[in-house]
Amino acid sequence: MAFVAPKETYSGKVYQVNAGTGANALSFGGENVLPFNSFEGTVPNKPLIAYEIQDIPPADWPENVQKPYSSVSGDPVTWAKFCQDTLKAKAIALRLIGTHPDRENRSPEDAAKTVKDVLSAINVPLIILGSNNAEKDAPVLIAAAEASKDKNCIIGKAQEANYKTIAAAAMANNHKLIAMSELDINLSKQLNILITQMGFDKERLITDPMCSALGYGLEYTYSVMERIRLAALTQNDLTMQPPMLADVGMYVWKIKETQAPESEVPLWGNAEERGIAWEATTATALLMSGAELLIMRHPKAVEAVGKVIEELGG
Amino acid sequence: MLIIGEKLSIIAKRVREAMMKKDKAPIQEIATRQWKEGSGIIDANIGPAEDGGEDLMQWMVTTIQEVVPLPICLDTTNANAIEAGLKVHNNQWGRPLINSTSNDPERFPILELGAKYNAQVIGLTVGKGGLPADAEERTGIAAEIMARAMEYGVPLEDIYLDPLVLQIATSQDHARHVIKAIKMFQEINDPPMKTVVGLSNISNGCPKTLRPILNKHYFVMLMDAGLTAAIADAHEMAEALQEKKMIEDVLAGKKIDDAKKMAEITKTIDVIMGKTLYAHSYLEM
Repeated sequence: MAFVAPKETYSGKVYQVNAGTGANALSFGGENVLPFNSFEGTVPNKPLIAYEIQDIPPADWPENVQKPYSSVSGDPVTWAKFCQDTLKAKAIALRLIGTHPDRENRSPEDAAKTVKDVLSAINVPLIILGSNNAEKDAPVLIAAAEASKDKNCIIGKAQEANYKTIAAAAMANNHKLIAMSELDINLSKQLNILITQMGFDKERLITDPMCSALGYGLEYTYSVMERIRLAALTQNDLTMQPPMLADVGMYVWKIKETQAPESEVPLWGNAEERGIAWEATTATALLMSGAELLIMRHPKAVEAVGKVIEELGG
Repeated sequence: MLIIGEKLSIIAKRVREAMMKKDKAPIQEIATRQWKEGSGIIDANIGPAEDGGEDLMQWMVTTIQEVVPLPICLDTTNANAIEAGLKVHNNQWGRPLINSTSNDPERFPILELGAKYNAQVIGLTVGKGGLPADAEERTGIAAEIMARAMEYGVPLEDIYLDPLVLQIATSQDHARHVIKAIKMFQEINDPPMKTVVGLSNISNGCPKTLRPILNKHYFVMLMDAGLTAAIADAHEMAEALQEKKMIEDVLAGKKIDDAKKMAEITKTIDVIMGKTLYAHSYLEM
């Protein structure tokens, strides 16, 4: 008798979310199976990788990930164009880190201008991120959402402390919204409920269960993502069906393994290769746990993960 | 079902202040109320009580038993405080209960006290390491506690096995593991082992309005699993007994007329059994 591979069937389905406008608009999510298990159901979209840029020069990034952008990162518009035109980025994530009170404390108006300038220079979907200061992100992301009205951007991150204003701004300006909670599946569900109770369409949400780098709690992120996805598919939990974000680059490029030069730790080998491998490995693990949207930094890491996605037929 | 009144706990501000000032009135008022509401034992939780624990426990036991003809559940990690309490306990109103021993060697001396003072003992099914992962692990630890109880001369019928209720808001899977453990505990001895839970911990960390709902449903489900005793709010549990039939009907797949109640019971059972993921607003979904 011929062998028949056992198949799981699921009652739930991940929402398909699109971003951007016109010919370069893109969708992610939409599958009704666990990551890459296309033999069990339908996987209409591949995971999407966005290149991370920021509103101020990346002086805080380790040298090895600054290098690929050294000629363009002085200006977010040039940087964004470089990612789109030279690196063939399918999406760009603009982090407004300069608005953080402990950084340059740039105003919401400054942030809005950066968003406008970047948007007018690119045609791929744009993700707009605050500085992860809950208080400051509220006015910054309101201004950013207004400046990008009707461009179908992804705005984030809405957290428990500020979701009302940010969700309202995303709703009023026709954007998608990232809802972030801190590595707790129950709080993640709760935040999605609270946001949808405001009238925000759950099919316009993206869940960020909070990322972490390999060696720094990756297994927690992995486990929370996996459980979210299982709740979405096996329990048909509508509040857990938005696609998930893995904000990889920011978490990977701040740990010592991506920074320490080979001269200090000879056994760890070449620092540049190590950093790229760390980012690619972290991102790949999170793809396996269910992330559909990745934000990454190093072009070679993006390339490597892109190859994984192609080979797994995602 | 034996209710061990939970209200005299150092965690409650009013109780803590009364303990510190040795003010009898609030303690006696709360003890009396719990007795009237149907408690069969009064829990006296004085916390770790490292300083002055012996005096405090003796004061609690005598203060409560001055007005309430019930035995006391001596609830502290301080073994000396437990012994001090046992010395003054009025056994005419029933045998004292010690809360608790476990599979941690530091907690073994508690069994000696149980044997010496002819007290009943709660055996918390945790070891020295982390928390038990499931019902099977809890049952394995229970067997070890039982063997040790026999070694120390505490009869098994004087042991109440406690599977350790965890917060549903952060450890949802444990809610159903505990129900299963209650069933398994009864199967590992003939006659069946007695069981007890610290019930309200299930809803610790949940919104205030949700707490009694979760407590009552969990109580009924544990009762159906054969639970012997619960450290709980006697008033709330009296309400639970009134709602018991409705909850059991829904558990049995029957429909009840009150649609709102039906939804509340169904959703709460699903959350407890891990069929839907817990969130603070689960009832609103």
